[in-house]
Amino acid sequence: MTTRFNPGDTVRVLLTHPPGHRRTPHYIRGKTGVVALTCGAYANPEELAYGFDGLPKKEVYKVRFAQKDVWPDYRGPDHDTVDIDIFEHWLRPA
Amino acid sequence: MADEPIEMERLPDPHGHPPADDTSPPSHYELMALAMKELLTEQGTLTNDEIRAQLEKIDSWKPAKGAAMVARAWTDPKFRARLLDDAGEAVKEFGIDPGEVKLVCVENTDEVQNVIVCTLCSCYPRAVLGLPPDWYKSKAYRSRVVIEPREVLAEFGTEIPEDMTLRVHDSLATLRYLVLPRRPAGTEGWSEEQLAEIVTRDTMVGVANPKVPGDG
Repeated sequence: MTTRFNPGDTVRVLLTHPPGHRRTPHYIRGKTGVVALTCGAYANPEELAYGFDGLPKKEVYKVRFAQKDVWPDYRGPDHDTVDIDIFEHWLRPA
Repeated sequence: MADEPIEMERLPDPHGHPPADDTSPPSHYELMALAMKELLTEQGTLTNDEIRAQLEKIDSWKPAKGAAMVARAWTDPKFRARLLDDAGEAVKEFGIDPGEVKLVCVENTDEVQNVIVCTLCSCYPRAVLGLPPDWYKSKAYRSRVVIEPREVLAEFGTEIPEDMTLRVHDSLATLRYLVLPRRPAGTEGWSEEQLAEIVTRDTMVGVANPKVPGDG
C-alpha cells in the first residue's frame, strides 16, 4: 500500500486549533519533524469520539522531532527527540 | 461467639486520617459513567456480573507478562527480532491480544534510552504491563517528561549521559509502547525466570533500568 509520506520525509504539523476531541497535542502543532515509521491506517478517533464510525480509516505516522526544535530552551543535548503518533490529515510536506 | 452484634462507637480519628471511602460528591463524569452503566444494565445490554468480570480481568493484568517477554527477547535473538519487527504479533506468542492499537517495542541500546508517556491522557500498554501507576497518570509526569525528560529521569534515580540520546515517545492515538531495556552485565547464564525478576514495570516504561541485585 502506498502512503502519502514515507520514513525519512520531512513533515510539518498543522498550526490550527479546531474545537473538539483532537489527538494532536498543542505543543507539537506548527512544528517540523521527520517520519520515523508508517503505522498503518486506523479509524479516526476525532470522529469516534462523537459516536461516528471513524471511517474511512486514516494513515498514522510516528514522527520524530528534535527536542531543541520543540522547546527552544530545551536543556538537554541536541540529539534528544520526542516521537509522536500523528494522523495523516494533520501533516503537510515540509 | 457473640449472640448480638456489638455496638461500635464512632470515634473521631485521633490522627486526622481521611475517611477510607471517598465521600466527596461524584463529578460530572462519574455521574455520566454511572448513568451509562445503569442504562446498559436496565436495557439488558450488559449484566452487572459481566461488568464485574471485565474489571476483574483488567485488574489481573500484571507487568509480569511484559517482563517474561523481555526475558525471552534477551535470551532468544529470533524472538527479539520478531518483537522489534512487530510487537503486536509477537505478544500473541504469550497469549496476549494487543487489541485495536499498534504495539511497538522500542529497544534501549548503548546510544539510546527510550521513555514513554501519554501527554493527553494515560494511554499505556495495558495488555502487557497491566494498569498504569498513579505517577504515570499525574499531570506533573505527563507535562514534565516531554519538556525536561532528563531532569524527570534523574528524579527517578536514572541519570542519562549527555552522549546518549533520550527519546521520549508520546503515545497519543494509536501506538502503545513497550520499552525493551538493556540486559545488565552480570546476568550471563541466568534463566529466563531469573531475568524476568529484574525486569520491573518502570524499566519497561523507561524511567529506570534493570539492575542486578546487590550491584547498587
